[in-house]
Amino acid sequence: MDVLLDNLDLYGPGFLDTVELFLLSGTGALVLGVVLAMLRVSPVPVLRAAGATYVTIVRNTPLTLVFFFFAFAFPLLGIVNTRDFGSYYFVAAVIALTLYTAAFVCEVMRAGINTVPVGQAEASRALGLTFGQMLGSVVLPQALRAVVPPMVSTLNALLKNTTIAAGFSVFQAGSISLNLAERGEDQLVGLAWVALFFVVLVIPMTLLQRSLEKRWSIAR
Amino acid sequence: MRVRTLAVALLASGLALTACGKEGSPGEGTPAPTQAVAQDVKVEGSPTFDKIKSRGKVIIGVKEDQPGLGLKDSKTGKFTGFDIEIAKLIAAKLGFTEDKIEYKAIASAGREQALINGDVDYYVGTYTINAKRKEQIGFAGPYFTAGQDLLVRKGDDSIKGPDTLKGKKVCSVTGSTPIQYVKTNALTEPENILEFQNYSQCVQQLDQGAVDAVTTDDAILKGYASLEPDKFRVVGKPFTKEPYGVGLAKDDKALRTKINDILDEAISGSAWQQIYDATLGKSGSSADKPVIDRY
Repeated sequence: MDVLLDNLDLYGPGFLDTVELFLLSGTGALVLGVVLAMLRVSPVPVLRAAGATYVTIVRNTPLTLVFFFFAFAFPLLGIVNTRDFGSYYFVAAVIALTLYTAAFVCEVMRAGINTVPVGQAEASRALGLTFGQMLGSVVLPQALRAVVPPMVSTLNALLKNTTIAAGFSVFQAGSISLNLAERGEDQLVGLAWVALFFVVLVIPMTLLQRSLEKRWSIAR
Repeated sequence: MRVRTLAVALLASGLALTACGKEGSPGEGTPAPTQAVAQDVKVEGSPTFDKIKSRGKVIIGVKEDQPGLGLKDSKTGKFTGFDIEIAKLIAAKLGFTEDKIEYKAIASAGREQALINGDVDYYVGTYTINAKRKEQIGFAGPYFTAGQDLLVRKGDDSIKGPDTLKGKKVCSVTGSTPIQYVKTNALTEPENILEFQNYSQCVQQLDQGAVDAVTTDDAILKGYASLEPDKFRVVGKPFTKEPYGVGLAKDDKALRTKINDILDEAISGSAWQQIYDATLGKSGSSADKPVIDRY
């Protein structure tokens, strides 16, 4: 308990920033992931190839390398001036997490789309819906219902992945143990608190998953 | 086939990205003195020493990314630097030749746990002695007294010391003592503080102009400055005192006394000075001999 109370100045802001990172990059990843999934099932070969290339490359790149690129390589391109851009590394972390997680969200969504019977797509096209209308009002709503558990798992992984930002000048939960070490605190106890807070953050997601599963369950 | 090409490309780019550290070591050239290996050493009542004896070799925790102090040569796998020579000296006086030493590179955040778990017999790597740490582990030494200082670009004369940092971008390792010092004393604005995984990343950012100063112990900074003396300079006004100790298991008083004796002898004799001259001394600056603090 002492380790927690003596270092509230680390735990409080640390976890606030983790939640902030998670919400921003989670929203970004969901939007980008769904767009990518739409690309991957689109009737245009070039778009399909673009989606597949993105997923293959990003999913096979370690997240640390994605971070590394945005923290060290991207500023060298001279597109943004990191010196005048105070929160550059926070924004960079959000972008890195969004781009990385989107690849996984895309594959989860694609799996969901595959559960929708082909007949439904054919029927909606026969009714005269455009590709966009077909996806938006017939396929995606059903696909989304099917993928609640894996989607929550992906977001859960994202939550824990935020800790990598600690090495790239973003203060959050992952930085806590590094700070504790220098303060001479017991690290096992310190990390146990970090783990506990992560459990507390995951519980609402699990509850949301349960309720969505119940509400959205479809009899097939 | 396409998959393989892609894999190779990814691997290559991955290696290129991660191989950002600076190579070379200031320890090359005149070799550090070799120490005479003591025979029939006995350390009564030391569980760590008994373990070393029965194992037949000594496992020493060190840093692998600090030029001049503890640096692993990426080609040969050899460790060089001031801390390494001190570690070797202790091993020799405990009766172990160089081929009976196993180095384990352990980053700052893992040091206490490695000592508590007994993963290493002792740790020599820019390990500042402080009261809080003494609650978990033991310290012999200090074998060196460093102080927090600033590394700046050679042509930059605007930074003269800690009180001239306002409005400047300052970089150090995530959560490290020096960056916590900068934060608590508000030496610069919070948005101007950068924290990366290791010092070489900070030094790289300094070189690129993304930051204005890298701060940590002068010993570490001297190491970087001596690698590229025409690019960087150490401001040279240390503003804290960081006594470096040898980390040990907490309750092993016998081994602590033994290592203190070894260090005492090296400091009062010529061994310590020789080691310094062959390593950190190459940066051109001299250092005061530390005084062993027995507790």
